[in-house]
Amino acid sequence: MSRYILRRLVQLIPVVLGVTILIFTIMYLIPGDPVKMMLGADATIADIEAKRQELGLNDPYLVRLGKFLRDIFLHFDFGKSWVYNVPVTEELLRRLPRTLIIAAACILLQILVGIPLGIIAAINHNRWGDRIAMFIALFGISMPNFWIALMLVLYFSVRLGWLPPYGIGGIKYYILPVIANAFPGIATQARQTRSSMLEVIRSDFITTARAKGMSEFQVIFKHALPNALLPVITVIGNGMGRLLAGTVVIESIFSIPGVGMYLVGGINTRDYNVVQSSVIFLAIAFTLIMLLVDLTYAMIDPRIKAQFAGKKRRRKRHAHHHKCRTHHA
Amino acid sequence: MLTTTSAELTMPKIKKRSELAAVIRRLSKNPSAVIGFVVAVFLALIAIFAPLIAPYPYDKQDLMHTRQPPSAQHLFGTDELGRDVFSRVIWGSRFSLTVGLFAVLLGSGIGVFFGSLAGYFGGLVDDIVMRFIDILQSIPDILLAITISVVLGPGFFNTLLALSVGGIPMACRLMRAGILGIRKQEYLEAAVAINASTPRIILRHVLPNSFAPVLVSATMMIGHIILGAAMLSFIGLGVQPPIPEWGSMIAGGRSLIRSCPWMVTFPGIFIMLAVLALNMFGDGLRDALDPKLKK
Repeated sequence: MSRYILRRLVQLIPVVLGVTILIFTIMYLIPGDPVKMMLGADATIADIEAKRQELGLNDPYLVRLGKFLRDIFLHFDFGKSWVYNVPVTEELLRRLPRTLIIAAACILLQILVGIPLGIIAAINHNRWGDRIAMFIALFGISMPNFWIALMLVLYFSVRLGWLPPYGIGGIKYYILPVIANAFPGIATQARQTRSSMLEVIRSDFITTARAKGMSEFQVIFKHALPNALLPVITVIGNGMGRLLAGTVVIESIFSIPGVGMYLVGGINTRDYNVVQSSVIFLAIAFTLIMLLVDLTYAMIDPRIKAQFAGKKRRRKRHAHHHKCRTHHA
Repeated sequence: MLTTTSAELTMPKIKKRSELAAVIRRLSKNPSAVIGFVVAVFLALIAIFAPLIAPYPYDKQDLMHTRQPPSAQHLFGTDELGRDVFSRVIWGSRFSLTVGLFAVLLGSGIGVFFGSLAGYFGGLVDDIVMRFIDILQSIPDILLAITISVVLGPGFFNTLLALSVGGIPMACRLMRAGILGIRKQEYLEAAVAINASTPRIILRHVLPNSFAPVLVSATMMIGHIILGAAMLSFIGLGVQPPIPEWGSMIAGGRSLIRSCPWMVTFPGIFIMLAVLALNMFGDGLRDALDPKLKK
């Protein structure tokens, strides 16, 4: 297992570097002079030139890229905000917990609501329970999260006055943002759980379990569900990308000062270093989370585990044969 | 004797046609796919005939009648400049649907091209293409679209370009997997044996036999792109006012949500309708193309 973890960590390096280089290169291609736009129409040529020099914009592409990669990966330094002149890294780290809280709460909701909804649908396959659950799920993946957010604000804040429409504070400030952002995820989770449950329910071992007289409850929860959960974990991982991107707009609707709102602020003030850094930061966070998901997957799925045990055994030529055996038992 | 030979000769053609017919027959038996298809066609017609359907021009201001709630004159009410929300929503369908369709065509096209290369040639080509796709896929597609549209600036084509990139990895992976699945089939060997050129083999034999998953994912992707386009213009990228776009209309109504909720509600309902219809049709298409999954 540790060999697998190590290999995955090594594989991560080129991806993270590639992501950083790709985003840097896209942002490098911005037409026009960002400094001119930043300083406004009344800036003198000398001002602009001084600022360009200060930001290192006069260097050739490869030099800038090299410096950028060195600063990020060796010093963990994303540079300064062009507009406010404060270090971006500190700001990102200060804001990250709020974004992560929202994302984590969304995942929790996705698991607690999406999976049961999918199970209900699969058990009642092609009956009303299935139809209703899947219809709700279909709506869930068809609505933009920012619109859901505004509709929730309209009813629960404006009409009913139950929950605050924006800002940060106690838990109740997080309820609407989390529901709005989790909705598409819940729906996807329910759809995926349903289809992988249906696939498992058709397998021979389920027929066997029923044939030997197990109760339907035991069949579902002891035999079907554990086998159906693997693809479900993948959905959680893939959904992380949408969740992190979703917080971008959700945070700005609810004025929650997280990484996403920082990014949108950077777009509006043309603070390109903030935009670039936030995107890279979120992308790296996403890659790390995907790695965690993959590792969890490998730990749960005995097939992947066995694959590694098998490799090890082959490589060490039966030296540890006995040990591996006992380890597996 | 002669009739048998001609029947044999036309066999593949008949078989092909009946396969397509079988898919259509399965689709037409699926009520939610039919509903999805009908709604999607209906929205497309609305987009095409927008000038005839919309009672007012989308940018006609009427400062005497601003912020009117829905009424017989203004079905969906008016906005802060007195523009008719119904007309704007109708015109907005043009933008959302065309961006959705063309961004998917472009993104899937690029993805299919590189996926075919990777799957067909394998080896080094496969490695290079797939490592790049890995990198592309490590960036959540909305963030990638945001970055690209920050660089390209606002506008229809720039938004289209920015959103199409997100569709590349999925199409590429599906195409590659499809090709790997059929690579060892005898008919490909036969095509190579009769000295068919590589482009001919890919276009005539490989693509048609491995295209189904890409088609399904592309249908679903249109809805996803429409949501992405709405989000981009919601945060101020994408198309710019006064061009009506569903996402930017929602953004415009956001600060007035207390007094004029209709400015936010109706564009959102149309986004939902469009995406819902495409998802329903896409689900049906998936089941129809792969009846094994249904049952």
